[in-house]
Amino acid sequence: MIRVEIPYHLRTLASVQGEVQLEVAAPVTQRTVLDALEARYPMLRGTIRDHDTGKRRAFLRFYACEQDLSNESPDAPLPDAVASGAEPYLVIGALAGG
Amino acid sequence: MTAVRVLVGTKKGAFVLTSDGKRKKWTVDGPHFAGWEIYHLKGSPADPNRIFASQTSGWFGQIIQRSSDGGKTWEQPGTKPGEPTTTPDGMPMGESNKFVYDTSPPNGKPLTTHQWYDGTQHPWEFKRVWHIEPSLTDPDTAYAGVEDAALFKTTDGGKSWHELSGMRGHGTGPQWCPGAGGMGLHTILLDPTNPNRIYIAISSAGTFRTDDGGATWKAINQGLVSQYIPDPKAEVGHCVHRIALHPSRPGVLFMQKHWDVMRSDNAGDSWHEVSGNLPTDFGFPIDVHAHDPETIYVVPILSDSMHYPPEGKLRVYRSKTGGNDWEPLTKGLPQENCYVNVLRDAMSVDTMDECGVYFGTSGGQVYASSNGGDSWDPIVRDLPPVLSVEAQVL
Repeated sequence: MIRVEIPYHLRTLASVQGEVQLEVAAPVTQRTVLDALEARYPMLRGTIRDHDTGKRRAFLRFYACEQDLSNESPDAPLPDAVASGAEPYLVIGALAGG
Repeated sequence: MTAVRVLVGTKKGAFVLTSDGKRKKWTVDGPHFAGWEIYHLKGSPADPNRIFASQTSGWFGQIIQRSSDGGKTWEQPGTKPGEPTTTPDGMPMGESNKFVYDTSPPNGKPLTTHQWYDGTQHPWEFKRVWHIEPSLTDPDTAYAGVEDAALFKTTDGGKSWHELSGMRGHGTGPQWCPGAGGMGLHTILLDPTNPNRIYIAISSAGTFRTDDGGATWKAINQGLVSQYIPDPKAEVGHCVHRIALHPSRPGVLFMQKHWDVMRSDNAGDSWHEVSGNLPTDFGFPIDVHAHDPETIYVVPILSDSMHYPPEGKLRVYRSKTGGNDWEPLTKGLPQENCYVNVLRDAMSVDTMDECGVYFGTSGGQVYASSNGGDSWDPIVRDLPPVLSVEAQVL
């Protein structure tokens, strides 16, 4: 079971509370996790990745296991701790403070 | 009993204000979509309880919301949680958020580029929906004006949107450039006497008209003079802030340009200035009285550098002669220390026997007049900055 944390406004949009848990078949990558997230919650399509290009939206960042994965290949395997469910995959709103 | 509903979009959510026909006591419902920018929401003339809303975020992009009960409850068309990802007839869910420029060979136009702030060319990029204009006759049909400037249409209640690409592909696109707020297609006027005629306006490109339902478009900016562009009388490139018409006389148009209030008596083919005795002819909204097509309203703003009313006095100006002769409307509005702005979509009129006029400010006030502007009262004073106001009579 993959654990995903999404920002407050996206939790509201998807009507979920806390972490989202998803079944994701191997290989567990950023692309397969986000595909599974959007399949489960279709209202999130376009809010994390651009509808047209499929690229990460500019003001969002992706993290896991204290690593910034935002600019990593979407097809690279996620850390084992994410694949095993020990650690969550984080979608974070950038530039949110100040 | 007749009731009035005022739909208010703000920088932090949507609010629904309702009153009986007297328009003295109001109920405030909201915020809906708390924390999100609601650029615009508007009800269908064919079914007033069908309301479309543009919910946007710089972080999360564009969401379309729809209500079928007058704003009590909302849904994203086609995207209810837990439903299959496709409809029985194969319609992909989640498409209601999808605004993709049409570049398909049979229908689309090459995406090309437009002018950037520094004069260089810049690719078209979808950012948000500025304005939703529901069809006059079909509650499932609506038009969306978007940034970067383009016109989209839905015929399935907002589940899917497709671009009317003849607009963006007009051919002058490389000369269009964004205004300070972005390159938004912000005004859509439907001609009630001719379903094939639509007017739109873009900052900073100008005004355009289609007479064939959106397939082809004509720039209608003759007579506009903009001193801050290289050719002040250019075919395109004018920063038109809003246009308005009266449904009984759809060939007469009124315009609040960046500077200048303008009028056209020939469906936009030519324009002449009607700023007359206004204290300043910079501003954003312009609207027409519901029952008198020669009575129009503007809110003069000191300048493009200041974006607040002259002398700190919030004054709506009314002309009962279709322009040139203007009178200030001040009763009930702050006449000292007022430095708010009124944005282009933040004024509306209702169709009660005695026309109601409404506007919202960057300070979060929504003012109402139940007598055509003679006097004003605040409905609410402390909302987030107001982006849009639309009135409905129920």
